[in-house]
Amino acid sequence: MTNTYLSIEDINMSFKTAKGTFVALTDVSLKIDQGEFVTIIGHSGCGKSTLLNIVAGLLKASSGVVLLDNQAVDEPGPDRAVVFQNHSLLPWLTAYENVRLAVDKVFGGKKSAKERDEWVKHNLTLVHMEHALSKRPAELSGGMRQRVGIARALAMQPKLLLMDEPFGALDALTRAYLQDTVMEIQSRTQSTVIMITHDVDEAVLLSDRIVMMTNGPAATIGEVLTVPLARPRERLALASDPTYVHCREQVLRFLYERHRRTAA
Amino acid sequence: MSRIDIMKARASDASGTAEASKPRPTPAPVAALPLSLTNGSPPPIVRFVEATKRFFSTVIPPIVALILLGLIWQISCANPGSSLPPPTKVLHDTMELITDPFFDHGGVDKGLFWHLAASLKRVAMGFGLAAIAGIALGTLIGQSSAAYRGLDPIFQVLRTVPPLAWLPISLAAFHSADPSAIFVIFITAIWPIILNTAVGIRQIPDDYRNVARVIRLSPVEYFFKIMLPATVPYMFTGLRIGVGLSWLAIVAAEMLIGGVGIGFFIWDAWNSSLMSEIILALIYVGIVGFLLDRVIALIGFIVAKRAV
Repeated sequence: MTNTYLSIEDINMSFKTAKGTFVALTDVSLKIDQGEFVTIIGHSGCGKSTLLNIVAGLLKASSGVVLLDNQAVDEPGPDRAVVFQNHSLLPWLTAYENVRLAVDKVFGGKKSAKERDEWVKHNLTLVHMEHALSKRPAELSGGMRQRVGIARALAMQPKLLLMDEPFGALDALTRAYLQDTVMEIQSRTQSTVIMITHDVDEAVLLSDRIVMMTNGPAATIGEVLTVPLARPRERLALASDPTYVHCREQVLRFLYERHRRTAA
Repeated sequence: MSRIDIMKARASDASGTAEASKPRPTPAPVAALPLSLTNGSPPPIVRFVEATKRFFSTVIPPIVALILLGLIWQISCANPGSSLPPPTKVLHDTMELITDPFFDHGGVDKGLFWHLAASLKRVAMGFGLAAIAGIALGTLIGQSSAAYRGLDPIFQVLRTVPPLAWLPISLAAFHSADPSAIFVIFITAIWPIILNTAVGIRQIPDDYRNVARVIRLSPVEYFFKIMLPATVPYMFTGLRIGVGLSWLAIVAAEMLIGGVGIGFFIWDAWNSSLMSEIILALIYVGIVGFLLDRVIALIGFIVAKRAV
C-alpha cells in the first residue's frame, strides 16, 4: 500500500424529511491511492450519488471526514472536478466557452490568456471534440455533450476526478466509445478517479477497484473487489478473459444474489 | 372513369421506376431543396422562388382578412343614420389628422404624433422604473425563500388591483397629474416582471449552481455568468406582458388626468362627438402597442444571444 491520497473516514449521512430522519449512509470508509480508478456500484437509491456529492463537497456529511491529500474537504472546489450525470453544460455558451469559463476561473491568475486558450483547446482535443469548439450544447449529441463535460472537468487539473454516472443517459455504442476515451485519458494523465455506475461491464472494464454498496436506507460499503487486469485493456480481448469473467460474476453475485433490490 | 384511364394507370404502375427518374418541370427544384441543404446552399433562383413564396404566403392572408373585415364594417355602417361611421367616412373625416400628425396649435390641440409621443414618454418612464424595480425584487424573491414567503402573498394580492384603482391614491400622494400617471404605469407593469423574474431564477437547474460551486464563482460572477443568462428569457416574458399592460393602462389613466396624450385625445374626441377621430386613434393605439411588444421581444432576443 502506497500513500493514501483520498481518505473517506466514517461517513454518516442522514436527511431530515417530513416523515422523520432518513439515514442514507452509515459508516462509509474508503481509502484511495493516487492514480487509482475506483468505481462505486450499487442499485439505485443506495446513496452512491450522496457519497460522491460529499466527496465533492456539494453535500455536508452528518458525521465523518473526507481528507484529500491530507486536507479536509468542506466545500466544493476545482481540485475535485465533477462530471455530472446530465452534462450540465451552460446552454448559452459554446463548447469552448463552457470549458473556458472553468479555465478562466481556475487559472485566471496563473496562466496568460493565450495559455488558457491553448489549454482549453488541448483538453477539448483530448476528448476528440476539437471540431466542435463553437457549437452550443443544443447542437451536440448526448455523447458529445458529455465529452465536453469531461473536458471541462479535466481542464481544472483536479487532484480527483469525480464522475456521477457520466454515461448513464447514453446508448450502448456511444457509451463504449466514451469508456475507451476515458481509459485513454486516464492512462495519459494518471488522474485519480471515482466514478459511479450501475453498469457491471463498465465497472470491471474501467476500474482498479470496484466498491459495491449495499441497499439503502443506511447503505454502506458491502465489498471491495480488486480488478487485477493489466492496462491498457481491450474490451474485445477481455470479453472471454477468465479474470474479467470472474470479476464480472463476483459483482453480479453481489448485486443480484446477496443484495437484491427489494422493491422493483 | 374510362378504360383508357385505367390502362394508363396500369402502364405507369408497371414503369414506376422509369417514371420516377424522369425529370419533371416544376416540382423538381422544390424537391431538390431539402437534399441540397446538406450539400451546400441551393442555387439562387431556387432560393428566390422560395423566399417569394414565403413572403406571399405570410402577407396575403392578413391583407385578405383586413379587406373582408373592412367590407363587413362598410356594409353594416353604410346606412346614413347608423351610429358609427363606415371606413370611407373615417378616412374622409380624418384625412387632415393622418396627413399632418405634427401640427401644434398650442394647448392640447396638437397632431396625433405629439399625443402618442406624450403617452409613450409616460410609458417609457413608468415602465423603465418598473423594469428596474421589478427585476431587482424578482431576483430577491427568486433567490431567498424567506423573502419569497414574506412578499409573494402581498404581491399576489396587489397584482389583482386594477390599474385605475391606483390613480386616486397616486394623485393624493403626488399632487400632480403627470407623476400620478407614471406611477399607475409603474404599478401596473411591475407585477409580471417581478413574478416572471422570480420564476426564472427559481427554475435555474441545481446542476448550474453546482457547476458554479465547483469552479468557485463569486456571487457577482454567479449573477452575471449564470443567473442572468439563465433568467433572461423569463425576464423578457415579464417585460413583454408588462409593456402590454402599461399601454393598456396609460390610455385609461390619461382619460382621467387630461393634458396631452392619446388617452385624453380619445376622451376629447368623444366629448366633441368626433367618432372618426376616435376610430383613427384606436387604430394608432393598437399599432403602437403591437410595435412596443415587438421591440421588447427583439431586445430580449438580442440580449439572450449576447448574454455570456
